[in-house]
Amino acid sequence: MIRALLAVALRDLRIAVRRPAETLVGAVFFALALSLFPLGVGASPDVLTRIGAGVIWVLALFAVLLSLERMFQGDFEDGSLELLVLSPEPLELLVLGKCLAHWLTSGLLLVLVSPLLAVLMALPAEALWVLPVALVLGTPTLTLIGAIGAALMLGSRRGTATMALLVLPLYIPVLVFGVSAVDGYLLGLGGGTQLLVLGAMLMVALALAPFATAAALRLAFA
Amino acid sequence: MHRLANPRRFRRLADRVWPWTLAAMLLLLPVGLVWALVVAPPDYQQGDAARIMYVHVPAAWLATFVYAVIVVSAVVALVWRHPLAEVAGRAAAPIGAAFTFVALVTGAIWGKPMWGTWWVWDARLTSVLILFFLYLGYIALHDAFDDPQRGGRAAAILALVGAVDLPIIKFSVEWWNTLHQPASVLRLDGPTIAPEMLWPLLVMVAVFKLYFVTVWLLAIQTRLAERRIHTLWARRSAVEARPAAGSPSPAPASPAG
Repeated sequence: MIRALLAVALRDLRIAVRRPAETLVGAVFFALALSLFPLGVGASPDVLTRIGAGVIWVLALFAVLLSLERMFQGDFEDGSLELLVLSPEPLELLVLGKCLAHWLTSGLLLVLVSPLLAVLMALPAEALWVLPVALVLGTPTLTLIGAIGAALMLGSRRGTATMALLVLPLYIPVLVFGVSAVDGYLLGLGGGTQLLVLGAMLMVALALAPFATAAALRLAFA
Repeated sequence: MHRLANPRRFRRLADRVWPWTLAAMLLLLPVGLVWALVVAPPDYQQGDAARIMYVHVPAAWLATFVYAVIVVSAVVALVWRHPLAEVAGRAAAPIGAAFTFVALVTGAIWGKPMWGTWWVWDARLTSVLILFFLYLGYIALHDAFDDPQRGGRAAAILALVGAVDLPIIKFSVEWWNTLHQPASVLRLDGPTIAPEMLWPLLVMVAVFKLYFVTVWLLAIQTRLAERRIHTLWARRSAVEARPAAGSPSPAPASPAG
């Protein structure tokens, strides 16, 4: 069963590696959209330091949201998703494999870019490790919750805007605790509790979200 | 429950219920309004401004209650493939969204003189705002497919996922330090609200609930009638498309009754 999970993950990773432009566009969006903020709100360091963590987290939400469409849509169109649904392996595990691959090619990239963005937003040196740690704990949850939305939207005639309406309300808890964790450390209040809550949300999402996603996928072929 | 899967039987039952709930609501509404707005004492601190509570609290309760109704219909729709449950959930959603909006707006109107601001981002207000977006997402997903059944099932799954918001709304005033006051009616140690205010509030809650049941039943009936019109049209165009030769074949059984 674990082999099936890894096989699905490896396949998706291979596809992602062979289409680097499509994969990297999320991280590029992340950096590009961020660079609009100093231009928009003014580049004074104290303003940037104040809003930095929040802006980076909101953009992480958007970057993951934009990448959700490629999670199932391609497989849905070429028919390989139907084979996954029909396979004797538990669909929940295969979904987990797809989520793993999706996170490695979207969330992890954001994590890797985030120290650079912290510097651009004039965040103090502590942010260089707090921000990636918070993102490591938070972005997998975004992928897992987003997978539900992506699976539900398969075959619909609406686009990304409807997906945002489905998924963003469910992302809000991650945003709240992610930002308060980073800000807590930067203001010297400590954000350990918030990091633990982020971890707890990841555990809950890891345990429950694949079932909802699998149910939604079966629905698409019912 | 399964008896109600037959739309005709449901329609007969609903037709017997909704005139009564409507009549009860129309009877109780003036009682509740006069009691709440004239008879009940003004708040010792807030004066007459507190009277908006008699609209705000029933609307907010209805907002969460209707979402719970949708969650229950979603479970019934997914587990038993109950055709009426999907229709019931979709019919309840706009009503719930409307009352969530009413709760948010009345809260803001009250908040401006009392808190000095229309809106604060505390846990209760934010979680109710999320509830409003969950309603909109449910409606959007439900209507996003050409096949209404596919949309109904997808929206049911979304409704179940969104159910995590309900306990957050309920307990947000206890888990976090919120500007919104904590629960004063539904408490384990009995209500802390004065009985002269509690009774008119409960009457208003009953009025809102009765209004919901009435409108909900009518909305379900409208949706069933709409589906029936669609099937009739489809059948008619199928009959017209067929060449006139031969005896008329029996019409296919309609799932929409």
